[in-house]
Amino acid sequence: METTSTLEKTLRLIALTLVVIFFMFPIFWIFLMSFQTNETILTIPPSIIFTPTLSNYAALITGKLTTAAGTLDIAFMRNLGNSIFLSVTSVALALVLGVPAAYAFARHKFKGSEDIAFTLLSFRFAPPLLVLLPLTQYFQWLGLSDTYFGLIWVYQLICLPLILWIVRGYFEDISADVEYAYRIAGHSWFATFRKIALPLAGPGIAAAGLLAFIFAWNNFVFALVLASADKQPVTVGALAFVTSSGIQYGQIASAIVLSVTPTLALALYAQRYLVEGLSLGAVKG
Amino acid sequence: MASTATLRKPASGFRISRKMLPYVLSLPALLVCIGILIPFFTAVIYSFQRYRLSQPWARQFNWGENYLNFFTDPAFWNTLKVSLLYAGITVTLELLLGLGIALLLQRRSTVNNFISIMLLLPLMIAPALAALMWKLMTNPSFGILSYLAGLIGLHDFRWASSPSTALLTVVLVDIWVYTPFIMILLLAGLRSLPTQPFEAAALDGVPRTFVFFRITLPMLTPYILTATLFRLLDSIQQFDIIYAMTQGGPGNTLTVFQVEAYLNFFQSTNVGRSAALMVILWAITYLLSNIFIKNWLRLRERARGEA
Repeated sequence: METTSTLEKTLRLIALTLVVIFFMFPIFWIFLMSFQTNETILTIPPSIIFTPTLSNYAALITGKLTTAAGTLDIAFMRNLGNSIFLSVTSVALALVLGVPAAYAFARHKFKGSEDIAFTLLSFRFAPPLLVLLPLTQYFQWLGLSDTYFGLIWVYQLICLPLILWIVRGYFEDISADVEYAYRIAGHSWFATFRKIALPLAGPGIAAAGLLAFIFAWNNFVFALVLASADKQPVTVGALAFVTSSGIQYGQIASAIVLSVTPTLALALYAQRYLVEGLSLGAVKG
Repeated sequence: MASTATLRKPASGFRISRKMLPYVLSLPALLVCIGILIPFFTAVIYSFQRYRLSQPWARQFNWGENYLNFFTDPAFWNTLKVSLLYAGITVTLELLLGLGIALLLQRRSTVNNFISIMLLLPLMIAPALAALMWKLMTNPSFGILSYLAGLIGLHDFRWASSPSTALLTVVLVDIWVYTPFIMILLLAGLRSLPTQPFEAAALDGVPRTFVFFRITLPMLTPYILTATLFRLLDSIQQFDIIYAMTQGGPGNTLTVFQVEAYLNFFQSTNVGRSAALMVILWAITYLLSNIFIKNWLRLRERARGEA
């Protein structure tokens, strides 16, 4: 486009290096820390040369943490299981509820459809504690306060708007003509939806599902307010773990590594769709 | 779309079922969400009550008293100030940084694409966990950042545990997590800009600062607007990072709206004040999101038209 001087090239290189260091270093450092014993971690000055140990991960996986003061039970694997269960079921439910609704909003401009779509979207932007604080009381009255069901229901506030708006965009991008041709050939709307619309929007639905999974997994405040100790996902569990384990820094680091690995892996896998998903379709990637 | 309307007619054999179909399809999703509207109204009612969990017998409507009290309540003004300061600083810095990085990565090359994918990773980490990561790195006894601060002469730099640097620390974590969000939106924007104006400007030998301020920035404005408002709405409601890092402390240094409401509800059990705080925050986000949705819809239409 234009001639770039050596000076400019060097400056760009320096700037980019600094950017990469700033954004990558914390991940790198916590990853290293998760393979260190407490003694190594507390060594001054910090060093990246050390004898790696798997003891932190072993302690988390077996759930037994041996310290000078005795053995401590860690429920972290339970948190990990909760995160997987809550995220998977929430996304599955949101797909079952959200995809047909998205199809309805995309194909049929019915009375009030825009209002309804916006109401659903506004949940994405409302302060979560506004509804969560009264919900704690409703959950007690309804007997939901100690259940996965209650949490999965509330997680719909995260997953549904995301799926609805992204998938709706994908349905809108598919020409309706194919569907009408299929309908005219005598097939029911359901057959059309299943055989034509769903496969065509398939990649979009998959991307929306992955993003909803990431958002559900990363959620903190919903579970902090509503989940009882044995139902907590990793985000809340890791914080509780910090409080209870005190100075077991190596284990904290490995708990963080285990907690972030699934979302990082999914993000790398679905990175093509991230721009569109994160902006709810406002910006095409 | 015009062909859609004309083609729809032949299939309209069953009037009622066709009319009902969209409602039937969207009803389940709506029912799930309507359940959420009930606690919303409950919160509004609570905000007009004198309601402390510790004194349930004294519960009664006091109408606007919770709100009126805010005028003379220094804690409320602190909350408002810290929330606006936090949102203002994070969004401004993230915007500048995100735009800078997007410009650096604008040219499509293997290295640039690889870096832009790497930079997504912080955004995919749960903010609460990101706060824990930074907490480990800023630990006074072994944190690498405390050590580095010591090397440049900042001995005993206390990061989030000192009132004077707590805001700076949480802002830093927020920047680490959310700058990639702005970066990828603006990068997508930059790469979708038409090339002709830039080629013409290069041919005419127009200075590059002029090109940037007169061509790049104006054409990028819709993307910048979307990114800013998305971030502003999230940032003014920030809870995860601040709560996981300092729980609003030290003292009341970081009691932003949601943290203050959480502490009011669960620690001082003042439900009325907590609800009133949330209603005010909701009003702020409602105003912002209305502006936002209008501009955003226009942009969405435009993006769809160009695609």
